[in-house]
Amino acid sequence: MSQKITTTLTVNGQRHTVTALPDTPVLWVLREQLKLTGTKYGCGVGQCGACTVHIDGKPNYACLNAIKDLAGKSVTTIEGLSPDSNHPLQIAWNAEQVPQCGYCQSGQIMRAAGLLSGNPRPTREEIVHYMSPNICRCGTYIRIVRAIERAAKEGA
Amino acid sequence: MKIKAKGERRKAEGSDHGSPITDHAVANAGRRRFMVGAAGLTFGVAAGLPDLLKSTGGTAAAAAAKSVTVNPWVSLAADGTVTILSPAAEMGQGSRTALPLILADEMDADWSKVQIVPAPPNDKLYGNPQFRYLQYTAGSATVTGYFNNVRQFGAQVRYVLMMNVARQWRVPIQELTTRSGVVYRDRTEQSISYGEIVAFAQIPAEAPEIELEPVSTAQFRLIGKDVPRVDVAGKTNGSARYSIDVQVPGMIYGAILREPVDQASPDRIDDAAARAVEGVIGIVPLPYGVGVLAETPWAAFKAKNALKVTWKRGARGWGYSSEKAHAGFAAIAGDPAMRGVAWETRGDVLAAMKKAATVFEGEYRADYAYHAQMEPLNSVAAVAPAGDAAEIWCGTQSQTIAVTAVAKALGIPESRIKFNDMLLGGGFGRRGNRDGEFVVDSALMSKAAGRPVKVMWTREDDVHAGRFRPLYVNRIRAGLDASGRLVAWHHRVVSDNVLAYADPVRFKVSKGRDNIAMRGTELPTYALPDRLAEGLSQATGMRTAPLRAIGVGQNSFANEVFIDELAAKLGTDPVQFRLGLLDKTPRAARARHAIEEVARMADWGRKRPGRGLGVAYLDYSGSQLAGIAEVSVDRASGAIKVHNFWCTIDCGIAVQPDNVIAQTESSIVYGLGLALSERITIEDGAVKQSNFFDYQVPRMRDLPEMHIKLIQTRNHPTGAGQMATPLVPSAISNAVFQLTGVRLRQQPMLPGRVQLALAEAASRPA
Repeated sequence: MSQKITTTLTVNGQRHTVTALPDTPVLWVLREQLKLTGTKYGCGVGQCGACTVHIDGKPNYACLNAIKDLAGKSVTTIEGLSPDSNHPLQIAWNAEQVPQCGYCQSGQIMRAAGLLSGNPRPTREEIVHYMSPNICRCGTYIRIVRAIERAAKEGA
Repeated sequence: MKIKAKGERRKAEGSDHGSPITDHAVANAGRRRFMVGAAGLTFGVAAGLPDLLKSTGGTAAAAAAKSVTVNPWVSLAADGTVTILSPAAEMGQGSRTALPLILADEMDADWSKVQIVPAPPNDKLYGNPQFRYLQYTAGSATVTGYFNNVRQFGAQVRYVLMMNVARQWRVPIQELTTRSGVVYRDRTEQSISYGEIVAFAQIPAEAPEIELEPVSTAQFRLIGKDVPRVDVAGKTNGSARYSIDVQVPGMIYGAILREPVDQASPDRIDDAAARAVEGVIGIVPLPYGVGVLAETPWAAFKAKNALKVTWKRGARGWGYSSEKAHAGFAAIAGDPAMRGVAWETRGDVLAAMKKAATVFEGEYRADYAYHAQMEPLNSVAAVAPAGDAAEIWCGTQSQTIAVTAVAKALGIPESRIKFNDMLLGGGFGRRGNRDGEFVVDSALMSKAAGRPVKVMWTREDDVHAGRFRPLYVNRIRAGLDASGRLVAWHHRVVSDNVLAYADPVRFKVSKGRDNIAMRGTELPTYALPDRLAEGLSQATGMRTAPLRAIGVGQNSFANEVFIDELAAKLGTDPVQFRLGLLDKTPRAARARHAIEEVARMADWGRKRPGRGLGVAYLDYSGSQLAGIAEVSVDRASGAIKVHNFWCTIDCGIAVQPDNVIAQTESSIVYGLGLALSERITIEDGAVKQSNFFDYQVPRMRDLPEMHIKLIQTRNHPTGAGQMATPLVPSAISNAVFQLTGVRLRQQPMLPGRVQLALAEAASRPA
């Protein structure tokens, strides 16, 4: 683990060749090398969900996925979720005025997008169950629920 | 000088500009008088202003100018853009929007043309009057502290604009009025936009002081409407910028292994393994730890973890155990020979207690609690190679404290520091400490590196070097007369000191009164002629800080559980008992409304099988709140489940009503964690917890249904950002009592503690 490797990642549809220590979590490569800083560092151990991205279309923790394991996989970050910040969840997030400090919200939205892609009309119980891995210290949870319900109703 | 008042103009416009504030009828809006007073503020350019404000000053005509600065808060461009400076930190509470909104309302600006810029560090110009003009965002004091001044500034701008138009058109100013960024002379149907005035505007050397309409009758155009927060959009697409996101050319990364105990410094450093990590650039010994400089964050973190450091054993905190501290604090609380510092005193409590027919006593405890803001502490600094200047980027609750701390650490004048204000990924009191340690970090590391450095704390660093809400033991004695009336109240608070540690500058002027530890003991709406709240803050060597709801979070818990105990002993309904304690003041009338309304919302009198209801009331800096929790208890595990939480809040004029609701939701969730699960323990001076797996904050599945009612009244706005937090543990404890007959007197009410309390109650002879 002590020598850098060079690997190719697909991020938001674009291929990037990066060099880093092989066990480097993709979080740091996204943020500091590719300058996609919407994905946040919160705990580093998969406990808070602030770093949630999609890996091959499914929500996953950028802090737990080392770059050596991501060759050939496709990563989507909040910056790649929609072309003009107009994903139904982003529109709903604005309508419900969800964010407070906002630091966890990229991760919340990416996790919610994972929920809706597999379950376009989730019940409230399903939302709560699915979203509970993601911490919001400002406690915006009830607005997150409302925004997901709104997006499910008004979304594509 | 009299001109047509804004209030009249708005009244004439019809209902679309009517105020949504309904609690008090809007009385006839009288004419506003404009007075040029000696107390007026100086217009024009002041030292330290950003470039955008460095335009014209004095009375020179601004014909050639593209923009004019009317006062240090507002700049107006020829295209109509109104730039308003926002002095407060934005950490999710909405202040970046709220203060400019208040100013724009009074200025009668077109909100769609308003651009908000963070104010530079400058206590004199941008400090909060409530904090003796310190530019410090805390205490839910931003709207309440700046409200009058910001309204005044807005009114001045509007007046100066109208004055210029009057001169240009050679008409009396009384014939002019404004509507949303345009000056009108209605009788001739003339109009001119604010932006067009820039071409001929003259700015007086001294501001006219304008008599504002009192809040009881003022008609607002933006205040009270749910204008969206300006920071929300960027927080839904990843573009919002926090200091952790900053990148500057040539920047490298820093991580710091900090001393496990405050004031313990490194003794022996073995950095061989750390230096062997690929990408490590250097090791930097610091007074308070050992820093690592590296090419990437990951290399910095790995190397930090590979450091082997032993620490000097001289610091006070070594050997300290939080498990043992409660017993020590309780002994102090119970020893009448140990006198505290009076926080609030009225009458003669000891004499009144002697005359009382009955005396009751209660003891309440709390553990250390951690802020757990989602963005771990960090900052970026670029110190000039010569070491004589620096640029810093950080999210701080005090811009001026950050600059002062860095200047002191580098030994250079404050004028040599350029500060970049970033969003905060949560504050909760963690980012306003006077030593500014998390920004000093990057300054010292950049100085050592000779290039820009971003220093990030890992979550583990953030927990291990956390600055906590202190450990508490509260002891209350209450004296009742023969009729059961409360006549004496003596509250002794024993905790680690907070203000002395977090802010020695403020502590010095406080005369030993620890505001952060003691707030919430006051009971301002209760009729209690003889009372004393005294603080016995202890120097334990532990790191402490204000934490959301500060001392109120524990002191109100002690008050409200104890009051519930008194009600039970007297056989009185807890809601009725609290109503009976209220005095006859207007403030108490608002309290009564808040309590009665929450009882109505929760259907207080209705019994629910397997569930308990508990009530709590709080006057927090003048905001009136009441809460009711509905709980069940899993007797096997001791786990408390909160099913419903009802809450009322009256914070006077609500500048952004939906945001007050959002802040109250937030405060309730925060209170839920402090009440049920959040606990820091310390052994041999060091923190035992590390991350979210052993410091558990509320998640979505833990939430009760929240039912919040904003009671809007025509009072000066008071705080909203943290006020509901203290209600939650009190209401939960009181609800568990109603359900089980068992009193829980310590935060957090962990399942193990609940089990123990239930078992003790069961083994007690009936």
